[in-house]
Amino acid sequence: MNYSLYPLGDSAVVIQLGDAIEIDTHEKVKNVTAFFENNPQSWLIETIPAFTTVTLFYDPMEILQIRKDGLPYKVVCSILKELLSGELEGNPAPARVMEIPVCYGGKYGPDLEEVADARGITMEEVISKHTAGDYLVYMIGFAPGFPYVGGLDPDLATPRRKSPRLKIPAGSVGIAGDQTGVYPIESPGGWQLIGRTPLSLFRPADDTPSLLQTGDRIKFVPISEEEFIEMEGNA
Amino acid sequence: MIKVSKPGLLSTVQDLGRYGFQKFGVIVSGSMDPIAHRISNWLVGNDENEAVIEMTLTGPVLEFQENCLISICGGDLSPSIGGDPVPLWRSILVKKGSILKFGGCKSGTRAYLAIAGGIDVPSVMKSRSTYLRAGIGGFEGRNLNAGDTLEASPLRQNSKDIMDYLIPYLEDKTFTEIDWSISSEFIAIHRSRKVVRVIEGPEHNLFTEKSRQAFFGDPFKVSPQSDRMGYRLQGPQLSLKQATDMISEAVTFGTIQVPSDGNPIILLADRQTTGGYPRIGQVASVDLPLIAQTKPGEELSFTAITHKEAQKLLIDREKQLRHLKQGIALKLR
Repeated sequence: MNYSLYPLGDSAVVIQLGDAIEIDTHEKVKNVTAFFENNPQSWLIETIPAFTTVTLFYDPMEILQIRKDGLPYKVVCSILKELLSGELEGNPAPARVMEIPVCYGGKYGPDLEEVADARGITMEEVISKHTAGDYLVYMIGFAPGFPYVGGLDPDLATPRRKSPRLKIPAGSVGIAGDQTGVYPIESPGGWQLIGRTPLSLFRPADDTPSLLQTGDRIKFVPISEEEFIEMEGNA
Repeated sequence: MIKVSKPGLLSTVQDLGRYGFQKFGVIVSGSMDPIAHRISNWLVGNDENEAVIEMTLTGPVLEFQENCLISICGGDLSPSIGGDPVPLWRSILVKKGSILKFGGCKSGTRAYLAIAGGIDVPSVMKSRSTYLRAGIGGFEGRNLNAGDTLEASPLRQNSKDIMDYLIPYLEDKTFTEIDWSISSEFIAIHRSRKVVRVIEGPEHNLFTEKSRQAFFGDPFKVSPQSDRMGYRLQGPQLSLKQATDMISEAVTFGTIQVPSDGNPIILLADRQTTGGYPRIGQVASVDLPLIAQTKPGEELSFTAITHKEAQKLLIDREKQLRHLKQGIALKLR
């Protein structure tokens, strides 16, 4: 496996597995992340998978328990080189397909018309293109449970709003450039809002606090306002 | 039980952070000055990770509704009870009915108030730290307000022993302290250096030679738009040799990133989990408390050290802290 290692500060190491946002690199990221989830290490505090990297946060004092001589970073690197030398069998769980119901337009998606106008298509076409897409969650970041998603139809790519909104409701589905995504918590932001899901993406009381995880596939499913209200009531 | 009469500027409940959930985008949070946090807990016989109150510049007014073993560490926010100054970095027994006030900020920025047993708030995702933006953890997911009441968790034997030792000295006073404190030499560790030691960041080489020299030479002022998430710096604007599109990846406590306006931001306790701006540097862990204790408007400057030096400093610091912890345990037995 091709990779490089570099430090992030004095208590983390980055495993770089590629230099572009692409599926092959993503698969490697998933594999390495799964490996450390399935094979806990005494020195490892946690991992952050991203588009091209997996960052491992470690406890330097714990490393000293393993090997007293040598700099902890060097020791971690030598452990990693050993682990990554062969075919790493991370056994990542098969990709899940997550259906996200979305009520498009109206008060739930105040920018639907603007996106349609900007792209010279109808609002119905925006909805059908957005729901037809096969989306991949490359990583979670920016906010709790926020997915960085690839796979937006280039016909829907629309620049951010010129002036960001101060408050975007949780569940808002938006477009920014060639990205689409869902806001898990109320936040400020400049995305073009085309709809909203009644699902909670951030679930702090659950063992897994994020509905979506790195590697998930997403299908957006259109729902009516009545269905939205009913599902929201049941949530 | 402790009643909050006035909340102060920003007082939150924090432990040492929420780990294991960054892969879900959940930030670490936790105390901005982890060293002061840990020592404050040791001084009251707690485990170092117990929840404490982090207060900022202007501290709260707190009413103790029962005898309580406390310690205050970190910045000097002029704590007093009944007009008498309360010393920092000591184990202190406060009598039931006493009112702890904070005056002006004499040094530092953040103080940590530990109480024996730790502050009893529910653990959310394995941590008691307040995550303000998501409204979870700490005290009802928010900063403290007037009228809130805080309870302590059950005391460990260590805490009970210190209380038993101090009670006879309380007599008719409002508080009494152990006649021994952390050696000033040790406290000075995070006060004396005006210069922050920084490792070159992963994108350091993408910056112009002029910008790199300015970063490691010129002073920067901490902007008023600075908070627990990050300190924005004002000084020479830093520029890249050529515009670069970064792919987002993990950042950490002390990462110094430079957005397109050229003004660096030091990411702190409430940082996001990932970032997409070039990173010119990374603050050595041992100097993070120095930043936490710097006020908006004050100046910081940076000096380069190697990654190896930063890690050696970290290990030496941890060894010193372990000695200190053992020393405290022996003294307080």
